Amino acid sequence: MRRGFLAVGAATVLLLAACSSGGREATEEDGASGGNAPGSSGYTIAFITHETPGDTFWDKVRAGAEQAAKDEGVTLKYSNDPDAGKQAVLIQQAVDSKVQGIATTLVTPDALAGSVKAAGAAGIPVVGLNAGIDQYKDLGALMYFGSDDTVAGESIGERIAAAGAKHPLCVIHQQGSVSLEARCAGVRAKVPGTENLQVNGADDAAVVSALQAKLAQDKTIDYVVTLGAPIALDTVQAKEQAASTAKVATFDLNAETAKAVKAGTIEFAVDQQPYAQGYLAVSSLYLYLKNGNDIGGGGPTLTGPSYVDASNIDKILPFTEKNTR
Amino acid sequence: MTRSPVRLLARPEVGALVAALAIFAFFLAVAPAFRSTGALFTVLYQASTIGIVAVGVGLLMIGGEFDLSAGVVVTTAGLVNSLFCWWFGVNLWVGALLSLLVCLAIGFLNGWLVMRTGIPSFLITLGTFFVLQGVNLGVTKLVTGSVASANIADIDGFRSLQAVFAGNFGIGGVTVWTTVLFWVLFVAVAAWILHRTRPGNWIYAVGGAPESARAVGVPVVRTKIMLFMSVSFLGWFVGMHTLYRFNTLQAGNGVGNEFIYIIAAVVGGTLLTGGFGNAIGVAFGAFIFGMTNLGIVYAGWDPNWFKAFLGVMLLLAVSVNLYARKWGSR
Repeated sequence: MRRGFLAVGAATVLLLAACSSGGREATEEDGASGGNAPGSSGYTIAFITHETPGDTFWDKVRAGAEQAAKDEGVTLKYSNDPDAGKQAVLIQQAVDSKVQGIATTLVTPDALAGSVKAAGAAGIPVVGLNAGIDQYKDLGALMYFGSDDTVAGESIGERIAAAGAKHPLCVIHQQGSVSLEARCAGVRAKVPGTENLQVNGADDAAVVSALQAKLAQDKTIDYVVTLGAPIALDTVQAKEQAASTAKVATFDLNAETAKAVKAGTIEFAVDQQPYAQGYLAVSSLYLYLKNGNDIGGGGPTLTGPSYVDASNIDKILPFTEKNTR
Repeated sequence: MTRSPVRLLARPEVGALVAALAIFAFFLAVAPAFRSTGALFTVLYQASTIGIVAVGVGLLMIGGEFDLSAGVVVTTAGLVNSLFCWWFGVNLWVGALLSLLVCLAIGFLNGWLVMRTGIPSFLITLGTFFVLQGVNLGVTKLVTGSVASANIADIDGFRSLQAVFAGNFGIGGVTVWTTVLFWVLFVAVAAWILHRTRPGNWIYAVGGAPESARAVGVPVVRTKIMLFMSVSFLGWFVGMHTLYRFNTLQAGNGVGNEFIYIIAAVVGGTLLTGGFGNAIGVAFGAFIFGMTNLGIVYAGWDPNWFKAFLGVMLLLAVSVNLYARKWGSR
């Protein structure tokens, strides 16, 4: 009986193993895009983030940093830890191993202050990226590349308020995250009727059912603002299920979200251009080391908010497929 | 012989049923949006995505073991199918079958390592948990260049697989997901095995008193390995559902769900020490989880408190079970 089943299974596999369309497209590697050999400029730069492994956002920050390192012949040492204490240790490690420059996110400035100052004391230039816009100078970081979560939230808030939003829902997919709370607070600053909803971002089925429940419970919700691209896609599903007419807007971008913007199921996405954050952080250190340059005119360099909507999606869509937007 | 009500309370599923009814009545009272069949089926859907794996985890716990890799194996299942078919451009059914084999192998390895080394399953599966988490991310990144799998909706076999694993139909204006029906089916099968078959007796025996079980000739090794494989089989099923409902998967997903499965099993009256519990109880446990999770949303409360609420419920369920058992066995 069991053997018979296996035989049927094996036969089915053979039958189905014929080629199917819709999969990976054979693409030519554009690896030789004019980059120098790694390390040819002689600089070693440590790149440290608070990435939680598996987040598409950080993937792009890292891709940008790696491309910059390749273009400029820099040896890049990437490391990450979502835990503030451990991230501080990673920075200290970079200082101890005498790298030429450090690029780090400053999401928990107080916890990282000691290590960042140690880098300064050792004469290693530090640039901040992604988070810490208000604190990077106090810590002694030279430059900053990123966006301001509150400003970005307010900007979305203004935009949807202008479109007539009265009761938007702001979906927080990670409990206790300062930057996510700041985004929602920004939205609420412009649309006082904003309500927050907490979901478990690690489980798509849970996200959809929670949103479906919320949209069914409160029919007055006219906008759903999500703080990460995958959550926006879940929202589109929940909306269909709950027969809600709310519009969807999201922070951050990925290839599938870009397609949804094109299809009109997501109204717009606010991109903080993670690829540019990584690229600029490494490049600025390179220029500082090589040429003493200072980028940003003494202030932070903003990489967002950059709107992606029906007006510019055709231009941006191909970039999202290459994982650079 | 008639059973006294006190005696009845000692049954693992009765405590969970009482708790489920109480929570259900509670949310009916406080949340107007909860009072619809549509809401009930949303809750059932949420419960089914937890409950399917939780049934396996419950059986395994009755057998005296843990599986901490049960949450990430769901993501592994989806990724194996998605990445393999996307990379090689083959029919998705091939990948689904391959994924099934991979999952069964993971379950087998978990069980075999536990039995072979004598190291507690808590540690062995903690190891596989971390390994799978890393492999999920690493392989996805290598294959797609990103940490999410590519959209597979255009590959052959998608429609038929979606109909099997992520189908839904409408009855009287409400959407019923087939996962709910599969959940009921898996619970029924598990209950039948536990109470009507010889392997069922073995499961209670290896969990309650492994030494005497071995002494009377129960195949301890085979039983436990089969239990681990059941968990990974059910994980595979939910992985298939997640993949075919959402088309793309985030490689880091699934972490944390292993504890939710254990919570569902414990709330449903399963003993952490093994040898006690049943499948219906675990199903009520998963239902309580789904109901609480969404009930808070339906009631319009701040879901920041959900985890706190969940923890309190867990403690209550465990103590109710403990006292009920003490009274019942008096």
